[in-house]
Amino acid sequence: MIELKEVTKEYSKGVAALNGINLKIAQGEFVFIVGDSGSGKSTLIRLILKELDPTSGTIVVNGHNLNRMKHRKIPMYRRGIGVVFQDFRLLKDRNIYDNIAFAQRVTETPTRIIKKKVPAALSLVGLAQKYKSFPKELSGGEQQRVAIARAIVNEPTLLLADEPTGNLDPTNSWEIMKLLEEANDRGTTVLVVTHNQEIVNAMKKRVVTMKKGVIVSDEKKGGYKHEN
Amino acid sequence: MRISTVGYSMKQGVKNIGRNKMFSMASIATMAACIFLFGLFYSIVVNFNYIVEKAEEGVAITVFFNEETTQAAKDRIGEQLKNAEGVLEVNYVSAETAWENFKGDYFKESEDLADGFKTDNPLGNSDNYEVYMADVSKQKDVVDFAMSLDGVRKVNKSDIVAKTLTSVNKLVGYVSVTIIAILLAVSVFLISNTVTMGITVRREEIAIMKYIGAKDGFVRAPFVIEGLIIGAVGAVIPLAMLYFMYDKAVTYIMSKFSLLNNIVDFLPVFDVYKTLLPVGIALGVGIGFLGSFFTIRKHLKV
Repeated sequence: MIELKEVTKEYSKGVAALNGINLKIAQGEFVFIVGDSGSGKSTLIRLILKELDPTSGTIVVNGHNLNRMKHRKIPMYRRGIGVVFQDFRLLKDRNIYDNIAFAQRVTETPTRIIKKKVPAALSLVGLAQKYKSFPKELSGGEQQRVAIARAIVNEPTLLLADEPTGNLDPTNSWEIMKLLEEANDRGTTVLVVTHNQEIVNAMKKRVVTMKKGVIVSDEKKGGYKHEN
Repeated sequence: MRISTVGYSMKQGVKNIGRNKMFSMASIATMAACIFLFGLFYSIVVNFNYIVEKAEEGVAITVFFNEETTQAAKDRIGEQLKNAEGVLEVNYVSAETAWENFKGDYFKESEDLADGFKTDNPLGNSDNYEVYMADVSKQKDVVDFAMSLDGVRKVNKSDIVAKTLTSVNKLVGYVSVTIIAILLAVSVFLISNTVTMGITVRREEIAIMKYIGAKDGFVRAPFVIEGLIIGAVGAVIPLAMLYFMYDKAVTYIMSKFSLLNNIVDFLPVFDVYKTLLPVGIALGVGIGFLGSFFTIRKHLKV
């Protein structure tokens, strides 16, 4: 599913955000990537999204070698990945329905299918009644649920979540994690970047801990403790 | 691309204008100001050219014949002059007509003075060809050519007028090309800046589209449609304004400076717009298209 071999990423010469990372994630796994700020977690997500190219090493996702992928092939590759960000990244000038439908528009899904799938995705995240609302009319937790609905509406094989609970209170954080776990139960591989100690320790999932650009531990049912 | 996707992109392009009212208005205003200036300057230049052209048509060379030149030889000379490069029109003025014209000019007040020449035309040997130039810069060549013809006695011409008109024509040509080039460069710069600002504001929206897996064409299409609409609206508004202002301006100038009535003739608005309308719209739509197409390109590398 995801395989990184000796991956190094330097933003400026000599300063490595990732340093010789080796990581394998199988289809259907739920993995937490944890670590303090500057440990390289987000860089890892951006490399998997093909937003960045590694300075060295190889990345293979869903059978695609990202090092050799041409620019015009990136959209098709990304359509197999759902992404959830800390700041939700919803289109502010469109209502909830249009925000989710947008993910299907880009894949050129016929309108009659969009009309079925969008309400279904909204039901999955418990926001079926709010399809006409605009993002600013929703709470942070609700906005993140919309972002998850948008990420899963195309039934991706991989779901990347970069600090999905970073802007949320504990109750909403747990609801979001529940939704991600449900997506994983349906067969989607889920990769969550977080430093939410409580959630990581409670969920007993695979935990990959990073520090200063290297993986310092990789435990099957791991935990996490902040260093600062 | 599916038809529904094309429809969606067009709808989004139109909606984008409403969503970004301020930038759309700024872009339309910038475009309108540039096209207005272009149209205004173009109208001035074509009218100036028209006036100079008319003045050139009024410049005549007069070709006189030797006494013994026969009518057949005169006709031949007329044909040769008509075929010379830069000649617009050749008119034969008989000795009688020449005398009638002269009388009209000089004995208008006291016609009885001319009665003394009743039976004897003092301009008996003054029949001539009046040669009018289409291109006054060719006048010297035509004069030389006329002088070389058999049966030609003398050629009268005005070198100063011809030279002045040729220089004015050249000057207008250079100045208009320079000013139009500067105006176009300024327009492209201003409009691409406005489009850049509009797109920069929506950088995040573009990034979201790209993360979701939108192809470059899908992201670009609504922006390009938006650019085309802004370009078209930004061109039509000043062109419509100029159209109505043109007639009013001409009427105003003619009434305010009645002296010009006999000297200057302005082009009808329809003649100006035969070129200005398609060029203005093509310019607006073209700049709108190119501006949005190229400005968005650098934001697609997500």
